Amino acid sequence: MKTMKVFKSLIVDSLNTITHGTKKYHLWMAFLTFGMLVGMYCYSIQLEEGLSATGMTDSVSWGLYISNFTFLVGVAAAAVMLVMPTYVLKDIDFKQAVLIGEGLAVAALIMCLAFVIADMGGPSVLWHMLPGIGVFNFPNSMLTWDVIALNGYLIINITIPLYILFRHYQNKEAKPRVYLPGALISVFWAIGIHLVTAFLYQGLQAKPFWNNALLGPRFLASAFAAGPALIILVLAIIRSHTTFKIPDKTIKKIALVVTVAAQINLIMLISELFKEFYAPTHHSESAYYLFFGLHGKDALMPWIWTAIPLNILATILLTFHKLRNNLKVLYFACFILFIAIWIEKGFGLIIPGFIPGSYGKIAEYTPTGIEIGVTLGIWAMGAFIFTILARTAINIETGVLRYKR
Amino acid sequence: MSDTKKKWFSLNLNNTKKRTSSSCGCGKTEGGCGSHNTQNPIKKPKDGYQQVFDVKMDRRSAFKQLTASLAIGAGAVSTSCSMIAGEETKEKAQIDWEEQFKGNYKLMTDQEKNDTVNRLVRSYQLRTGKSINMSSKNAEEDVLFGYAFNISKCQGYMDCVTACVEENNQDRNSQMQYIRIHEMKDGQGFNFNEADDNYYHEVPAEGHFYMGTQCFHCDNPPCVEVCPVQATWREEDGLVVIDYDWCVGCRYCMAACPYDGRRFNWSTPEVPEEEVNKNQHYLGNRMRKKGVMEKCTFCVQRSRSGQNPACVEACPTGARIFGNLLDPDSTIRWVLENKKVFRLKEDLGTEPKFWYFMD
Repeated sequence: MKTMKVFKSLIVDSLNTITHGTKKYHLWMAFLTFGMLVGMYCYSIQLEEGLSATGMTDSVSWGLYISNFTFLVGVAAAAVMLVMPTYVLKDIDFKQAVLIGEGLAVAALIMCLAFVIADMGGPSVLWHMLPGIGVFNFPNSMLTWDVIALNGYLIINITIPLYILFRHYQNKEAKPRVYLPGALISVFWAIGIHLVTAFLYQGLQAKPFWNNALLGPRFLASAFAAGPALIILVLAIIRSHTTFKIPDKTIKKIALVVTVAAQINLIMLISELFKEFYAPTHHSESAYYLFFGLHGKDALMPWIWTAIPLNILATILLTFHKLRNNLKVLYFACFILFIAIWIEKGFGLIIPGFIPGSYGKIAEYTPTGIEIGVTLGIWAMGAFIFTILARTAINIETGVLRYKR
Repeated sequence: MSDTKKKWFSLNLNNTKKRTSSSCGCGKTEGGCGSHNTQNPIKKPKDGYQQVFDVKMDRRSAFKQLTASLAIGAGAVSTSCSMIAGEETKEKAQIDWEEQFKGNYKLMTDQEKNDTVNRLVRSYQLRTGKSINMSSKNAEEDVLFGYAFNISKCQGYMDCVTACVEENNQDRNSQMQYIRIHEMKDGQGFNFNEADDNYYHEVPAEGHFYMGTQCFHCDNPPCVEVCPVQATWREEDGLVVIDYDWCVGCRYCMAACPYDGRRFNWSTPEVPEEEVNKNQHYLGNRMRKKGVMEKCTFCVQRSRSGQNPACVEACPTGARIFGNLLDPDSTIRWVLENKKVFRLKEDLGTEPKFWYFMD
């Protein structure tokens, strides 16, 4: 019963924390709320008109939503790169970052689920997918694996930080024997969610651009580059705006993770490009479309030719210790790397899979305003959730928020 | 789905299905050594497909109990007459409720299939004042549908496309079509990249030939595997069908299909009332809604009642042949046995039941 009382007090206190702040904080939250409202308005139009309100067609049947979903699964999985050193390898330097990383994972996962639901033709019958009431086509459909993986990971990433913060809130130490098993599972689970998401595409013999053994490993490499890169940027903002102490050492260690992942990612990219262009077959047409355009259709060319140089530049900047250890350069490198991977693994991966079509037809895809509105709304929602989580966590960790008997 | 017997001859390229290994010392599966059963008993295949079926039945009936209070009086739905407006609204609401929370058609008993069909018929009557005829006829025994397309005969008239749209109540606004006719240049082989499937000139065009594609009703359909809710499946007679009311609209099947066989309702499909084909089947041409998949069903409403699909009947050149692959006297069997047939993208292991041939 006492636990319930403390928990109630935690909720009241954190509500109090998140509704009070500086003017800047209120402006930021108002901005995000506005973004979410715009997204909801756009979604209501989509619900009314059907998915014809988006730019998707029978030819390109997945677009911006699924692209963002794919990318965000990677961001969520990246939390493992902080969880493993902190909880499993007992590396103190990561300790300050890990709760932020897990908060980011929770926000990213909720965004993933929102993107999937936004992409559904019949959100009102989603209960058909609930095991028990509906029919869950497990293990045949990779989508059901993904549902399990994402929701499981979400639960793990909510419960571990909640337990630790709950203990700290009461001025008690979190017991490793309680959270360590969960942390261990989450390490494997993180790799699982990303591999399963890759298998979603990799398993389709109909789409040669995806049906490629490198897709899964490449997903992991790019995720472990883009995710921690985002965490570095977030930590930089938190450092400058709050009293939360994050030593340079932590950021530099995470930068090392980003660097190695970005290098591996680049090697895999070269391997992929070599395979597609050294001895091009009928199956290389999608890659041709992506990089050079086909029959005068080249909508993705500006995007991919932005992503590739950014990717290479970021990897070079990160590789040299001198440059990487300069925080200004590091933040810049992380930012361009994040953008590059968002393009490459978002619509740089999803859309060429559909072009050319099954019988060689080239129908291009351009997202509509509605689609972009919903997408921005979901990103705003993610940022909103993350801000709330991070603010509460930071206040507990810095000792501002404590249970008063 | 039955692994144990191959129901018709196949080119067997890249067939991923496992064959039952022989337990006999002679190493053969059939006859020869004398210790085999010469009479292969034709037993109903009890495979994973039906195991799922049995399990889900309990769940379905348990679910039924949840809505039991609202289901009272459902039997009287189709027989009730002369009612006041209030009752009609109530009845409509009740039908809508039951339809919203019904189970997956694949897992329904015949009685439940019949009930949902009755509800849909009644609902249509309440909404439009017109009556339709909807069937829930199951697959017949010893029937496996197959299709053959004569490339030499097709002249690209597209009568099949028109007949298909009219027969299957496809959305007129988006001009949804299940069949595509690809116009190809002579001398370039089957070059789909150069082909035109959207031509508006007089046919047959000089120096061209025509090739039609649609859903090939694969025996190993990738679309069925990937569906997260089993809203699409392969029926016993080989038809790959969709329960439009169970589909959640994720379009994973669309991405998985290598043959462009599937269509999505991006907005609410519309068919002018006077053009609606009122002879319907639950799995076939009944009215769809927005946000669900649909596809060619070899006109299940026709093929299961002994007729040819609309495209076959409409074809003026006789390029399209449809029939039962298990009937040794059928035309389709004659074509498969006497012509040099081939299928598209056989290397993918999908085993289409749609063959091409030339005179």
